[in-house]
Amino acid sequence: MLSDQDRIFTNLYGLRDSGLKGAKARGSWDGTKAMLEKGEDWIVDEVKASGLRGRGGAGFPTGLKWSFMPKQSDGRPHYLVINADESEPGTCKDREIMRNDPQLLIEGALYASFAMRANAAYIYIRGEFIMERKRLQAAIDEAYAANLIGKDNIHGYPFDLYLHHGAGAYICGEETALLESLEGRKGMPRLKPPFPANVGLYGAPTTVNNVESIAVVPDILRRGGSWFAGLGKPNNAGTKLFSISGHVNNPCNVEEEMGIPLRELLEKHAGGVRGGWDNLLAVIPGGSSVPCVPADQCQDLAMDFDSLLEVKSGLGTAAVIVMDKSTDMIRAIARLAYFYKHESCGQCTPCREGTGWMWRVLERMVKGEADKSEIDMLFDVSKQIEGHTICALGDAAAWPVQGLIRHFRPVIEQRIDEFTKNPNPQGAVKAAE
Amino acid sequence: MSVKPVSTNQPDSFEFTEQNIAWANEQIAKYPADKQASAVIPLLWRAQEQHDGWLPKAAISTVAQMLDMAPIRVTEVATFYSMFNHAPVGKFFVQLCGTTPCLLRGSDELVEVLKKRIGGQNKVSEDGLFSWLEVECLGACANAPMVQINQEYFEDLNAENFTKLLDDLEAGRDVTPGPQNDRSCSTPDGGATSLTDPSLYANDMPSAAVAAMSAQSLSNIAEGSTAFTGNVSASTFVSAEPVLADFGAKDDKANTPTGKQAKDSDGGKPIGLSQARGGKSDDLKRISGVGPKLEETLYSLGIFHFDQIAEWNADNVAWVDEYLSFKGRIDREDWIAQAKEMAQEDARSDDDKGDA
Repeated sequence: MLSDQDRIFTNLYGLRDSGLKGAKARGSWDGTKAMLEKGEDWIVDEVKASGLRGRGGAGFPTGLKWSFMPKQSDGRPHYLVINADESEPGTCKDREIMRNDPQLLIEGALYASFAMRANAAYIYIRGEFIMERKRLQAAIDEAYAANLIGKDNIHGYPFDLYLHHGAGAYICGEETALLESLEGRKGMPRLKPPFPANVGLYGAPTTVNNVESIAVVPDILRRGGSWFAGLGKPNNAGTKLFSISGHVNNPCNVEEEMGIPLRELLEKHAGGVRGGWDNLLAVIPGGSSVPCVPADQCQDLAMDFDSLLEVKSGLGTAAVIVMDKSTDMIRAIARLAYFYKHESCGQCTPCREGTGWMWRVLERMVKGEADKSEIDMLFDVSKQIEGHTICALGDAAAWPVQGLIRHFRPVIEQRIDEFTKNPNPQGAVKAAE
Repeated sequence: MSVKPVSTNQPDSFEFTEQNIAWANEQIAKYPADKQASAVIPLLWRAQEQHDGWLPKAAISTVAQMLDMAPIRVTEVATFYSMFNHAPVGKFFVQLCGTTPCLLRGSDELVEVLKKRIGGQNKVSEDGLFSWLEVECLGACANAPMVQINQEYFEDLNAENFTKLLDDLEAGRDVTPGPQNDRSCSTPDGGATSLTDPSLYANDMPSAAVAAMSAQSLSNIAEGSTAFTGNVSASTFVSAEPVLADFGAKDDKANTPTGKQAKDSDGGKPIGLSQARGGKSDDLKRISGVGPKLEETLYSLGIFHFDQIAEWNADNVAWVDEYLSFKGRIDREDWIAQAKEMAQEDARSDDDKGDA
């Protein structure tokens, strides 16, 4: 188990002073100027050496992403945009950072912007997080008041940080949709290329990073990339915030080492699976977009990018949704299908039409009111959505359905058999006497 | 995509308050020159807050004009994002998360409570207090099931504590946002399993000790300060520390130094009586605009007689107005003049009795 000394988010639960004074007492803003003086390349190299992979779901190496930004400005400004549109079902970690450890995020934003030669950064927070927005704005105001950030701050690098909010759209967590939204339009993803590093916000070079990816940077720089890389496993380094929800005794957020076995994670921190480990039916290990993993593959499952890929799932946002044997698996996935139908932006036909189609079929399958041949048809349609859309929402909608069919086909078939045996559970209408 | 009802009863015009115009200009200044369209979501949201939680068509035109955008572009935005309401909502607008993590923890139960109490989605209850809507994941999954009411999250709900929450709101009692089972944020309910090493916290303070401070700093933030009526509270985030609801907050509590939210405008609180003179309070319902519920609230403030209201100064009116989230209704309905008249009438009838 990760020791408390190696934890970055020391106020994760909001039990300590979340203000600037408290954050400084816990180590924030220590030696900031000295680290900036080591230069942009040093920062990028340390982040590369740390092995940090993006915490927003895709797991792209953060240092490498930063190095895609132009070395010289061609006259256009550079931007850092922080994705705080946390909306992936199961995921609730960035919220805790923003309300309880906001100075980590603000300090990280300064380093990241400096490393990418950006003098302005925008944080895009989801619209529903109204109180979190107030808290984060208060923290930004505090940092400005202490002259830690701003045009003429004590660190000698001009840097402005702005908080921007959305108004309810999961799609805005996709980086180009987020940029569209930030520019004042509907959140519809852009075609890539051009990539944001070349043409991003307002047509200028832009990097979009997740809140957690940015908030771990100050500790990586202070303690050294090798410290972070020494935690976890090769290619899956560092610590990670896990959101544990569903059928566990004590749902919670917790910071743990990458690669921690699922069972240890659930039993150490979440009080174990409701009704005991043997009562586990399946987990969705990385937020709603990744396929579920059935219990028989969970015994020695490690929670990191590569291990979860091996069981045809993914770490995603490390949001572990636990389902015990009382779960109606078809309904659980049908509800996710509804989510994707609701959140599809409607730009690409396969996604716009496909998400609704999959949901309608799944709703019938919940009741068993379907034909067995439709199971294969559903799988086939999901494959036609996957990979045929501008952004990954189509994939995200397809994968949970594919996971369901891959692991729970007998359950769907049994439900259909039961319905077929007695298609009118209320009993036949009796003829009037 | 979701389709929301659009009200057929639209106001003719919409204007931001002066305060909100100043706020809007600050927002626009966050973006580079000529990129003012970036402020469209924040401005629409502010318009919705100013307009009791829904966005009339006139507000869309107003925002389009302010940002020099084509009205259709603003309409596109207003209809794309799910948080914009195009028809009136209840004073307490309940958004229930029904996505899988909440579903697994029993959001069905909460749906039943809402159906029984309020009825179908998107319908405002007859008393105007409630309306509800099932929404998609609100990002508080470790505290499922949960709802958002106006600005606040209420978490770790079940049928029982949710019913009590709605009862409390209806009765104007204090409510505490956040987890309803006394844990702080997303700590494991059985107690923290990490972050227990005291050496991490040698130099900082527990959040409870700074709660009063943070509540104060929150109240200084322009954001949401003109939130629509029925704002549950500008709370602290310390769940152990109960906060006051703006709606129906009991003033004696607001003044206790326990880290609860202090009201800036406490100075204007009208002086109340501990009980009605002669044990007989006036029928305040005679003031047009005061109903039985409001009368009770006034009694709870120690306001029992017309002459008390008649003597309110501007500060008192402002205080009560804010306390009741009335946005100027006291002035509009001219309670003072009404109360003066009734106080005189009563005095006359007392005199008559004396003569007889």
